[in-house]
Amino acid sequence: MTTLKNIFGGNLQQYTMVLALVLLAVTFNVISGGRMLTPSNLQNLISGNAYVLILAIGMVMVIVVGHIDLSVGSVAGFVGMVTAITTTQYGWPWWVGLLAGLLTGVVIGAWHGFWLAKIGIPGFITTLAGMMIFRGLVIWVSRSISVPVPSEFSVLGAGYLPEWGPAFTGMNNSTLLLGLLAAAWFVWTEIGRRRDATDLPVWITAVRIVLVLAVIGYLTFLFGTGRPGTSFPVPGLILVGLVIVYHVLTQRTPFGRHIYAVGGNKAAAALSGVNTGRVYFLVMLNMSFLAAVAGILFVGRATAAGPSDGTMWELDAIAAVFIGGAAVSGGIGTVTGSMIGGLVMAVLNNGLMLMGVGQDQTQVIKGLVLLAAVAFDVLNKQQGRPSLLGHLMRSAGRDAGPAPAATAPAATASAAATDAAVTSVPVSAGPVDAADTLPPRSS
Amino acid sequence: MVDEDVLLDMRGITKVFPGVRALDGVSIRVRRGDIHAICGENGAGKSTLMKVLSGVYPHGTFDGTIVLDGEPVAFTGIKSSEARGIVIIHQELALIPELSVAENIFLGSEVTAGLLIDVKLARRRAAALLERVGLRVDPDVPVKQLGVGQQQLVEIAKALSKDVRLLILDEPTSALNETDSANLLGLLRGLKGHGVTSIMISHKLNEIAAIADAVTVIRDGRTVETYDVVAGQVDEDRIIRAMVGRSIENRYPTRTPHVAGPLLEVGDWTVEHPTIPGRLVVDHASFHINRGEVVGFAGLMGAGRTELARSIFGRSYGTYLGGEMRLEGEPIEAPTVASAIRHGLAYLTEDRKTLGLNLLDDIQTTIVSANLRDIVRGGLLDRRREAEVADGYRRDLRIKSASAKVGVSTLSGGNQQKAVLAKWMYPGPQVLILDEPTRGIDIGAKYEIYKLIHALADQGKGIVLISSELPELLGICNRLYTICEGRITGEVAAADADQESLMRLMTTTSTTRATQASA
Repeated sequence: MTTLKNIFGGNLQQYTMVLALVLLAVTFNVISGGRMLTPSNLQNLISGNAYVLILAIGMVMVIVVGHIDLSVGSVAGFVGMVTAITTTQYGWPWWVGLLAGLLTGVVIGAWHGFWLAKIGIPGFITTLAGMMIFRGLVIWVSRSISVPVPSEFSVLGAGYLPEWGPAFTGMNNSTLLLGLLAAAWFVWTEIGRRRDATDLPVWITAVRIVLVLAVIGYLTFLFGTGRPGTSFPVPGLILVGLVIVYHVLTQRTPFGRHIYAVGGNKAAAALSGVNTGRVYFLVMLNMSFLAAVAGILFVGRATAAGPSDGTMWELDAIAAVFIGGAAVSGGIGTVTGSMIGGLVMAVLNNGLMLMGVGQDQTQVIKGLVLLAAVAFDVLNKQQGRPSLLGHLMRSAGRDAGPAPAATAPAATASAAATDAAVTSVPVSAGPVDAADTLPPRSS
Repeated sequence: MVDEDVLLDMRGITKVFPGVRALDGVSIRVRRGDIHAICGENGAGKSTLMKVLSGVYPHGTFDGTIVLDGEPVAFTGIKSSEARGIVIIHQELALIPELSVAENIFLGSEVTAGLLIDVKLARRRAAALLERVGLRVDPDVPVKQLGVGQQQLVEIAKALSKDVRLLILDEPTSALNETDSANLLGLLRGLKGHGVTSIMISHKLNEIAAIADAVTVIRDGRTVETYDVVAGQVDEDRIIRAMVGRSIENRYPTRTPHVAGPLLEVGDWTVEHPTIPGRLVVDHASFHINRGEVVGFAGLMGAGRTELARSIFGRSYGTYLGGEMRLEGEPIEAPTVASAIRHGLAYLTEDRKTLGLNLLDDIQTTIVSANLRDIVRGGLLDRRREAEVADGYRRDLRIKSASAKVGVSTLSGGNQQKAVLAKWMYPGPQVLILDEPTRGIDIGAKYEIYKLIHALADQGKGIVLISSELPELLGICNRLYTICEGRITGEVAAADADQESLMRLMTTTSTTRATQASA
């Protein structure tokens, strides 16, 4: 047991969700007669879900600060349409259209951020309005007609990496290079880890490296040996890049700390010198920026922008984040966790499709899975045990996994706080209301 | 033995919270038709006692018996105590601002005709109740349009609607101005004439003196004294002595202060309540802190200590109306918390769990949270440095935990407080404002925190200590300010002060205010 723990980074739970994902994929592969784990199916799965996963990156940050963004589908659709219209109808170069789309996303994000951070309208309302406004605008500016986009966009949305180098490798060399980079990075971090924990037996590090390299190798092989001309898809690469950037941003920068601080206890964060309004503003800004990226990738893959693009995407993104262990009350959730949550949904979708299950039943099953995943989480917390998913996600993100109770649900924590307040000071000098903290009305 | 005269007899009430004995065999007898005052310092157990009485802490969660009208009662909740005519009015009013006066009065016991609310009847009854409390407002007006004093009267009207026999008021006048207070006291006297018995918790001795028929003093969860008084002829000094008269053991470390020049000077600081325009929570307060000095702020609940401290700390409370701040003689502006921290101010909140900690954090992230700049290398947080810093403080402050990566929610109160102290020591502040730093923590941890305070002062920092425990202030501080109703009412050297003189200064309201010599 201890040995297993050591191999799995001192925490078996940390890998439970990943394990669930792998099991799900293998099960579907068996049921569908080997059609799940094929190069073309995996390539499609990544290309076809990259946009939802990109939305989930932004959404987890919004949810961690304690809000929600319902507008992302409409914003993605609107930005896709802006890109299509500026390039196809106005004849702007494709890259100018791309920048115009991204800029549109940023402006929309600033709009949402303004209402949330400056005026104090909850994100739910602000973005519910945004959902209506931008859905309406898509239909308005497109006159309900699909608009094609230049072919350059299809590289972004569904393209493959170039073929080059020697043929004896038997696979797409770009994919092979990515696999090698991933392997090298993992080995390097493992060695760095040994520097911090010198008493770790060498063979444990070795077993870890072998296991993970086997997985990386298998995936590299699958992605690299598809039809000639295919590889790990470009949208997948964009997604991986964004995940790395946002993982670092949320876990390793002061701004990331501030996001968790504001979500965990806004009043305490404010009294620690965090500008909470600025955090809200930037998180909303970023969300719409990522929605713009998602929208552009989608129209690239679809080769045209349609008036109903992005409908219900917000719900898929939100589901991914919650399956990935985020807490509705804020303060808990990670980018990597949300990616796993999103992949669970994607694999489920894909596997059910391969099995010939209809869209109607797929919806029912996805709904039940969401409920089950979160219920499992909630029940775990209620029984005073560390939340499996929450713990996994938080630990996976902040690799210094805090002690179990650190992830106790906020509800319990605040209940405990109330109890303790009663306990320690029956006649407390009424604490200055937390709500009074912000915004400071003085100037 | 049943005494005809006694309405309520609480005997040997003991209420234990994990780690704290809030009430330890308290007994109180209230005669029918009396106004019975309960006095005691913050934390003495008054509110806990009233929560026991009103069923907030139901029967079975405490020891002792409650006898009402000569028979033992076992309340299971507020509803069951209300059914027996006991109504409590909490310090923080429990009215719904958006609902009308009539709707508030009958909230929870709506006047109905069949399934529907009988609006007309409710309005008529509400009008009659308002008449009884002497409040002339339209019952259809939303409560949010009323002043605090009027809202208090609505609460009493609500109590009357429940056929109240025993009215409990927890600090009823703490939020009221002089006129409203006088009104309220008059009303209580009137209700007494109609057979309503009242229990009044109050810090304001002049009010107790004016209307009480009996006084019970509670200290450290025990009944110290209980005796009858004649309204208008109350010996306030006797109450004060009973309130503070605990024996002082050797609970405080000794220190020879090396006080240098002035560090922080605050002049004419004035702050308005964040939601009640016109109400000054800090009223032209002026004070100064020297280097190497521990300066105490003594004041009763709601006196404005915390409000003053938080307003100084980046104006994080209320609306700043005026006043200046100087740090080492230089005027400074600190309109945000971030700028206050940059100027070398630190504020440790009295409310650790709701304002001081993110309970999802671990010790490590808590300690660095107010000074992330110091662990950033090339834009990224340096985790190794973070761990080093945290481990250093964990060792120095003796935070008892398996490692610095343990969640703060798992720590005891004392260790949590040390973590928060470390958080505020790490930015290297010049002035540390410590608001009730030893609240709710055990004696041993208290002693360690006292020593820490002294060590910080010895490093030449200025320490502001806000505390409700007078012995603590006298034991730790070099100099003391008293504050009452947002005003600084006195400044004394700790060596020259005793609890009684402090309590007198702390209760110097605007009416009783004599010309105070401000040394």
